[in-house]
Amino acid sequence: MHFTPDQVVFWRYGFVNLNSTIVTTWGLMLVLWLGALLITRGLQTELTLSRWQGGLEIIVTAMIKQIEEAGLRQPEKYLGFLGTLFLFIATAALATILPGYESPTGSLSTTAALAICVFVAVPVFGIAEQGLRSYLGSYLKPTFIMLPFNVISELTRTLALAVRLFGNMMSGTMILAILLTIAPLIFPIVMSALGLLIGMVQAYIFSILATVYIAAATRKD
Amino acid sequence: MDSVTLIAMASIITAGITISIGCIGPALGEGRSVAAALSSLAQQPDAATTITRTLFVGLAMIESVAIYSFVISMILIFANPFWNHVIAETAGK
Repeated sequence: MHFTPDQVVFWRYGFVNLNSTIVTTWGLMLVLWLGALLITRGLQTELTLSRWQGGLEIIVTAMIKQIEEAGLRQPEKYLGFLGTLFLFIATAALATILPGYESPTGSLSTTAALAICVFVAVPVFGIAEQGLRSYLGSYLKPTFIMLPFNVISELTRTLALAVRLFGNMMSGTMILAILLTIAPLIFPIVMSALGLLIGMVQAYIFSILATVYIAAATRKD
Repeated sequence: MDSVTLIAMASIITAGITISIGCIGPALGEGRSVAAALSSLAQQPDAATTITRTLFVGLAMIESVAIYSFVISMILIFANPFWNHVIAETAGK
């Protein structure tokens, strides 16, 4: 029994191996890109807009409202990064409806990559908003003794982001796998529904935490 | 008792104790937070969406501590480096 999709290898050449995580991530990227391409093909502003466009508008305006509520002044600047985080993790969780699919966020490599993206994005947005000196000066607030603690907290919250998402998704698939060997039809279906709910909540949590970290870094006080 | 048996025994017992003790604290914390959310919902029902959203965010944060201990016990059972090392040693002998 494998506990991450990293252990399911499709193709190997030397030290490069193509495992289920990578292939599923490519599949998700393809689906998201094709979906966005097809839906935004003929954008309309009148009452004749299609259902897909209406649905996409609901999602995007809800994300903009969430980003603004978390404290970022101009949400459109950060919508690309934060929206992509949310959509990728939410689609990865939602697609567990499909049989034979295993979410790539159940692998520590994917979640670590996403957490490192957030770790890099926070100083980038902070410096773009405040300038280099002001951003570096924020590490010395409230007193300069807090410098090591601020640095350590940056590193540990990145680790916490990665492990939280990995742990939630991995535990869902593992409990399902164990239950399938024990119990008949009903209980694994209920657990699968719970895993779906947890996946969507974790997608929301990941992007809200990334928003709050970026808001803390770009705050001018 | 040779080292293979000792490592296996220690890993299994520790995995069990990790997950059982590690879930006590988060469960108590989540119970208290839901109780507080329910009482504030009873006092101000029109703030229901804000309260519910904050409740779920807080529950996820508390849950992650239980997830940390779950991950450690999974590592002890499935991806144990000491076990792999000692198995490789006995296979090489």
